[in-house]
Amino acid sequence: MNFDLTDDQKMLRDTAAAFAKKESPVARKRKMMASEAGFDRDVWRQMGELGWLGILFPEAVGGYGGTMVDAALVLEQFAATLVPEPYLASAVLAGTAVLAAGDAEQQRRWLEPLCAGDSVVALAWAERDGRFDPTAVTTVAERAGGDWTLAGQKVWVLAGHAADVLIVSARCPDGIALFSVDRGADGLTVRPVQTMDGNRAAMVRLDGVRVADDRRLGDPGEAAERALATALDWAAAGACAEGVGVCQAVLDMTVDYLKTREQFGVKIGAFQALQHRAVDMFIETELCRSHAIEAAIRCSDGSDPDVRAGAVSAAKVQLATGGKFVSQQGIQLHGGIAITEEHDIGLYFKRMHVLNTLFGDEEHHVARFAALPSFVEGIEA
Amino acid sequence: MDLSFTREHIAFRDEVRAWIQQAMPPAIRAKAAVGASFDMDEVMQWHRILYEKGWVAPHWPKEYGGTGWDATRRFLFREELEMSGAPNLSPFGLSMVGPLLIQFGSDAQKARFLPKILSGEEVWCQGYSEPNAGSDLASLQCRADDDGAGHFVVNGQKTWTTYAQYADWIFCLVRTDSSGKKQEGISFLLIDMKSPGVEVRPMLTIAGTPAFCETFFDNVVVPKENLVGPLHGGWTLAKALLGHERTLIAAVGDSRRMIRKVKRIAARTMAGGRRLLDDPGYRARIARLEVKLRGLQMANYRALAGAQLGRAPGPESSILKIRGSEILQEAYVLAMEVMGHNSLSWFNEPGVVSDEEQPVAPGFNYARATTIYGGTNEIQRNVIAKLILGLPTR
Repeated sequence: MNFDLTDDQKMLRDTAAAFAKKESPVARKRKMMASEAGFDRDVWRQMGELGWLGILFPEAVGGYGGTMVDAALVLEQFAATLVPEPYLASAVLAGTAVLAAGDAEQQRRWLEPLCAGDSVVALAWAERDGRFDPTAVTTVAERAGGDWTLAGQKVWVLAGHAADVLIVSARCPDGIALFSVDRGADGLTVRPVQTMDGNRAAMVRLDGVRVADDRRLGDPGEAAERALATALDWAAAGACAEGVGVCQAVLDMTVDYLKTREQFGVKIGAFQALQHRAVDMFIETELCRSHAIEAAIRCSDGSDPDVRAGAVSAAKVQLATGGKFVSQQGIQLHGGIAITEEHDIGLYFKRMHVLNTLFGDEEHHVARFAALPSFVEGIEA
Repeated sequence: MDLSFTREHIAFRDEVRAWIQQAMPPAIRAKAAVGASFDMDEVMQWHRILYEKGWVAPHWPKEYGGTGWDATRRFLFREELEMSGAPNLSPFGLSMVGPLLIQFGSDAQKARFLPKILSGEEVWCQGYSEPNAGSDLASLQCRADDDGAGHFVVNGQKTWTTYAQYADWIFCLVRTDSSGKKQEGISFLLIDMKSPGVEVRPMLTIAGTPAFCETFFDNVVVPKENLVGPLHGGWTLAKALLGHERTLIAAVGDSRRMIRKVKRIAARTMAGGRRLLDDPGYRARIARLEVKLRGLQMANYRALAGAQLGRAPGPESSILKIRGSEILQEAYVLAMEVMGHNSLSWFNEPGVVSDEEQPVAPGFNYARATTIYGGTNEIQRNVIAKLILGLPTR
């Protein structure tokens, strides 16, 4: 058993941390929130040049050939200053879906520009009445000559507002399949929406969008469902890594505040009631970290999908309880100032809510964890 | 990063698991299977079995009778023991005074005491807490005065002296000087429980079992060679010993066993025509607790991986005691709720409730101790606030 970072991983972490601190402090996040796109295409390209966007993808498509642990290191550092580029949405969620579902040619076609930072890819998997179930797909794909036509609606497509390519799940005669749809396709309506954390997503309508047969990624049915499950697990593990970064930032800000803010003639950090709250924040942060590490490792170490799902769901449940606690107490311990828009802590609080909701909330993952075969293993003694 | 143990470590774990199963005497095995509590005779019987095997003190240096195992083997061994439900050995000799004597004792003290701790021939208890000291350990009052003829004369009272009624020896913190700072006048003394003037009064716990005692010292004469470390220098030893103690109480294995038991009981409890285990509400609660335990286990693994590389415990280890004790308590609470009416049972003859349910209620009561002993969880939080978060003091 080993939790040490390799020298390459340390370098990756340190460069990402330095970038977040120097090039993308929270002030840039605020500036981007007020912009139309919510992020900066030039910075996206820069991230591509630095190799960050290709971490999860093979060298054959211009990637770095790394693991989820590597991507988690970057995400955790980005979270510290709320870097606004859609890393999780595109370089993890959508990219992984292409990697898991597509053949070599399809991978090259859509991952190469993503790795280079020349394109943004988004995964349109969620539907209004499906909640967190990726198999609850009512969008339909029908044969039209040698091509397909897609019809239906997708909601909360992360980074969908800026996506050059959308990967859309739809139900064809052989089950669920993934299709890639270009931004300008006829019949595609992309309505940009804002998420609470200042990021952007899209509500997407497909009215008979025509796509060529080579735009269906891999095989429909089980293969596509497996690919979606993989992408969502990797993204959830990524959300947990980001959550650790958010927790740590909130904890650090709060402890600093407790050490400087005076009331009743003393630093408020000397009050035991507040000390214990801060310690509980520390404990929850460390537990989020332990869970996130396990989830990231299980995404990349070739584990059985059930083992991966167990680790990911556990991490998501811990983030939903512990991360929520940390972000809530961060607000409480800052007092009234934390309720103002000008104070940064609220930005972290909002990001935490988003991370907790994406790719399955607390109840969803509790239920999934409890339904795994491992849950009842060995009890019928 | 990887989460797998090496092939050697897995082989070691399998060997330990197999040995425990075949080495456990049938009476102990029957109790272990249902998680019943053990009496002192059974604890000492198991102690001797481990001693014969050479596994009674894996954490001691080899030259003193330890095993020479690496940190991972020690961890795996402990986890297997906890999972098996075998009796927990009394920690006072093996895990507390033993390591302390190895670190601070004279050669004569080591030769006199260590072999009998290992063999179980002499049983120890701990004389730290006092009625009005509790977590404020340094404010202890029990006095040891120099009689000028090679002895200390000890007067005072200790409390929560677990297993004092069975003990041959007690290690005590005593006040040898009250002139300076309260930490500076404390010494570490070994006292023969058979000395005239030692009186032990066992108390029942809320679990309905005897565990701790009040221990009184009335002009007890103790030879000076029983002083460990320097005179008035006992505080350093006390702190070293508390360090040993805290690494022991994450009790991941105990919690794992308990959660498995909750599931088993829930699988056999019918409600409204279905198993309670299939009730979504209960199932979700069990799942949430298991998720918590999994986090603790990972934190434990991280601490272990560091220890394996010879690193001092990092921040992840300071949460082990707090979370470990909370999770074990929660597991007992959940077990009681799953049992419903059966949780009302209190030391009834067999058959009133199942063998597996029988020990839950006493355990539920005694589990309240886990957040109190070894430094209350509040004290642990104070320590983290100060030492890790660097928060100010008033």
